[in-house]
Amino acid sequence: MATYFGEVLSVYSRAVEEDEYDDLEDENEEDVQIRREIEEKREVQVRWCPEVSKTLESSGQLQCSNMIIAVGPSAAGFVSAYVLSAEGWTQVGWVSLWNERSRGSSRPDTVPQPGEPSFIIYQQNSSPSVLICQCTCYIAEDQLFQCAEKVLSSVQRRGLNVTVLSDSTLAEYKTPDYLNGSGTPFLRALKTSSYTGSMLCPLLEQPNIVTGLPAAVLSHCQVQRIPAVLFQCYTDVLHPDSVTMETYKPALSCLSTSVKLEACPSVEVLQKLTQISDAQSNLYT
Amino acid sequence: MFVSSEDSTPSFKGFTLILPAVSVGNVGQLAADLIISTLNMPRVGHFHTDCLVPMAGNNPYSGGGGSGGGAEQLSTNAEVYSHSDLRLAVLQIRTPVLQTKVKSFRKLLVSWIKSSGFSRTVLLSSSHAHHRDDQQLHGTALRYLLSPALQDAEKSLKELGWTELERVCAFPGINDSEKRLYIPGGGVTKGLYTDCCTECVPLAVVLLFCSEGDNVPDTFTLTNHLNDWLHLLEKTPQGSTPWRVPSSWRLLFGSGIPPLLF
Repeated sequence: MATYFGEVLSVYSRAVEEDEYDDLEDENEEDVQIRREIEEKREVQVRWCPEVSKTLESSGQLQCSNMIIAVGPSAAGFVSAYVLSAEGWTQVGWVSLWNERSRGSSRPDTVPQPGEPSFIIYQQNSSPSVLICQCTCYIAEDQLFQCAEKVLSSVQRRGLNVTVLSDSTLAEYKTPDYLNGSGTPFLRALKTSSYTGSMLCPLLEQPNIVTGLPAAVLSHCQVQRIPAVLFQCYTDVLHPDSVTMETYKPALSCLSTSVKLEACPSVEVLQKLTQISDAQSNLYT
Repeated sequence: MFVSSEDSTPSFKGFTLILPAVSVGNVGQLAADLIISTLNMPRVGHFHTDCLVPMAGNNPYSGGGGSGGGAEQLSTNAEVYSHSDLRLAVLQIRTPVLQTKVKSFRKLLVSWIKSSGFSRTVLLSSSHAHHRDDQQLHGTALRYLLSPALQDAEKSLKELGWTELERVCAFPGINDSEKRLYIPGGGVTKGLYTDCCTECVPLAVVLLFCSEGDNVPDTFTLTNHLNDWLHLLEKTPQGSTPWRVPSSWRLLFGSGIPPLLF
């Protein structure tokens, strides 16, 4: 498109890709084969430890009363510092997937290393019907639906309650009054129609929306009529930080009978989780 | 696939279905929002599919009447709303179609339309305004297309003075006789139209040439134009149509401005 000053700018749309979808119509066998291979490579797999695999083989689905899914570095950090350190949890499974940003699964059958971006599933030792999922890896748009479906289909729908904890940046929060950061970090909630619990924080106001894995999980729960609640934490810090992690505490208070929370995690634990964001060196040091 | 919100599946037999194409300016989707919001259409189900990017939020039509659900009704990326008196259903699509799933999505739509028994389907769409040729730059920016199964609507559309979308030369300058359909920026419009022609599905495409920007005026243009045909709303004595803007249209261009900026 030519502008007033004579230079030519490319015009793009926020809604659609510029290329017409026509190219997909003229595919030959080789294209179809390549497309199928890429699809297989991008498939999401839920892997379980041997004991759980045996249970699944006999009964088909795990019995689960509460599933907590933490998405994002601060949410995952909160789970590590406040929940997993409080009492006995065992790692029982993980989700292996490959995409351009998460290439971890060159060894899809091995458990991800600690510190590697991953999606790990923990089971509470004292009460095996409570599961926690910690997701720190990038899940591509085309894998979100599959991931949510496969994880939630491994557990029985009856009696299941799902809680999702998710990080978001303050920049994404739309409000008529400018937020100068004094109230951050804060929580907002979304719930499915079948969720009957009390709300511990305000609901997410229109026109704000939620995307990514939390949205995929919530949509699945809404359609399957599973009671589910999502707590989205808006923070102005890009890296995992202890203040943001602490903000999630009220979100699990209603599960206090099933999930024990560490009231005050040690400084060492918190430091280890937030250390990744320290600058190794910069131009000025 | 369609999942009902209630325990029983609603019947859409003989209904008119309006659905948007995710296209330039999101005009079709904004138009669907206007229709659902103004007619207070309750949600009757979700269109649950892996072909669309996932999204969730609270009821976009709440505040000022709502549409059956309260502010806390969870909304997903594709939902079906219904108005039994008008025998109208609207499938609202809120997120883009995944590139690799475009064909599957079209197939899914066609099969749902056929199995639900809709008497006609109206696809609201848009196309890049900068691709118009010299002829198209004159006159109205609105166009229509009809699949062969809905050809009998042509008379009423011609009486309204509507213009059919022109076909363009497949090889401009070389061979002017071969024409093809060209809808740049229209998303699945061309593909869905072609599929509906092949599958004998009665489909009307109502399309607006526009560009990205503040597309709210374009939305009103498209919905008023559609209303001239479908008579969804009565016009006021002053001649305007009383569309109601949904609460989700607030802050389309971002949050409030920091006062310190000035």
